[in-house]
Amino acid sequence: MTAALSLERVTCTFSGARGRYTAVRDASLDVAAGEFVSVVGPTGCGKSTLLNVGAGLLAPSAGEVYVHGVPLQGINPRAGYMFQAEALMPWRNALRNVMAGLEFRGVASGEAQTRAREWLARVGLSGFEDRYPHQLSGGMRKRVALAQTLILDPEIVLMDEPFSALDVQTRQLMENELLDLWAADRRSVLFITHDLEEAIALSDRVIVLSAGPETHPLGEFAIDLPRPRDVAEIRLSPRFVELHEAIWHVLKAEVLKGYAQGKRQ
Amino acid sequence: MSRTRLALYQVVLIAAMLAFWFAMTTPGLVSAPFARNTAFFFGKPVEVAKVIVDWFASGKIYPHLGITLIETLLAFAAGSVLGLAIGLWLALSPTASALADPYITALNAMPRVILAPIFAVWFGLGIVSKVALGVTLVFFIVFFNVYQGVKEVSPVVLANARMLGASSRQLLTHIYLPSATSWVFSSLHTSVGMAFVGAVVGEYLGSAKGVGYLILQAEGVFDINTVIAGIVVLTAFALLLDYAVTKIETRLLVWRPRTAETEQL
Repeated sequence: MTAALSLERVTCTFSGARGRYTAVRDASLDVAAGEFVSVVGPTGCGKSTLLNVGAGLLAPSAGEVYVHGVPLQGINPRAGYMFQAEALMPWRNALRNVMAGLEFRGVASGEAQTRAREWLARVGLSGFEDRYPHQLSGGMRKRVALAQTLILDPEIVLMDEPFSALDVQTRQLMENELLDLWAADRRSVLFITHDLEEAIALSDRVIVLSAGPETHPLGEFAIDLPRPRDVAEIRLSPRFVELHEAIWHVLKAEVLKGYAQGKRQ
Repeated sequence: MSRTRLALYQVVLIAAMLAFWFAMTTPGLVSAPFARNTAFFFGKPVEVAKVIVDWFASGKIYPHLGITLIETLLAFAAGSVLGLAIGLWLALSPTASALADPYITALNAMPRVILAPIFAVWFGLGIVSKVALGVTLVFFIVFFNVYQGVKEVSPVVLANARMLGASSRQLLTHIYLPSATSWVFSSLHTSVGMAFVGAVVGEYLGSAKGVGYLILQAEGVFDINTVIAGIVVLTAFALLLDYAVTKIETRLLVWRPRTAETEQL
């Protein structure tokens, strides 16, 4: 079976003021249909670069991206992207933000509104249709962004540390909601995080990246924890602790390397 | 200081200044030759009030005010549309922007009020020459704001819209234009003020109607009372205009976060 998304020997080199910088070198990874894959790595290691390549927002310097076996050119139309930073349009209220994608695709306004209302209800924001992003809390904005991405029914969902700006409680709630939504119609998810616990709790598979520059995958770990999971409870199970130890063993050296590099700069 | 007390002091301040003005120009309170001199140069408050009352009572002022208002609005509208269109164009086309850059800078640095005589020759002494002057003043404010607005569109919001399937045309209408218009609105006070300046200065330099024309006529016969009356009416009118702009602004920019949303009780 061909993977929903596969990056093959992708290299990304940027030329900047301080000379050439290779963020990612020879990175290959696959996401199978319906699979939840997390990528963890030290901060600043080029995780987002990989995701942008998968989204088609960034063309790799070398290497190929395949979507269901077809080489990707330009924006990946089968992917939805949830950004780390605020990505909602501040001049649109919640409802009009959620329906934006449908509007861009030429869906009639009435139908788009009905579906946007349904999605706002699914992420628990009924009654907040008229609020503008600045009138919503950080967690609510993330829910709107989630609805905005999922309403288009993407086959592949790319998520770039979507919950990193939230407080711990809101974050766990959002993680559980994400798992519920994912379990309902099993899309492929490529989830980027620097939080190993979050990665293990959510995923089927965790990929560990090396410290930058010239980031590449170091190892892969299948997460055989039973589903459905509750992210807060699963952290206490013995198998979780085992997996955490095994992955952390690989990750720790990279985090220290990344930290040392950060200090030198 | 409490609000009422502040208002009270403000009234006392203006009353004191009016009283001082009255005292210095009234024979009997000061020596008669001195009063004659000061009255010639500074006018008399009571005479100024009489002129204003007469203007409004006889309705003589309305056609002049109307002309000035029409010139202001036309200059504002034309300058904004031009600034918006050219600002968007130059901001989105690097070549055009690089080509035009030195000339835009030069035109902006030029004291544009000096164009008034040329416009009078080109467009005559009617409304058009005043509107043209106002347009040159408004255009640059709007232009620079739009240019800035487009350049500062959040790259994340832009990438998000592209992932949601926006075509380059839709990016223009749904991302760049709303972002740019918000910058235009944020400069609304300045640009309406500039349109007003253009209208009045244009009238003052040569016209047959308008409040600026009234002032010019009165100055010709050393009627300082009427000159001051004209200035007072213009100031009041500018304040009204500014108030209207504030009202429009709060209506149009509901989506924009305000720094302080708490209310003093």
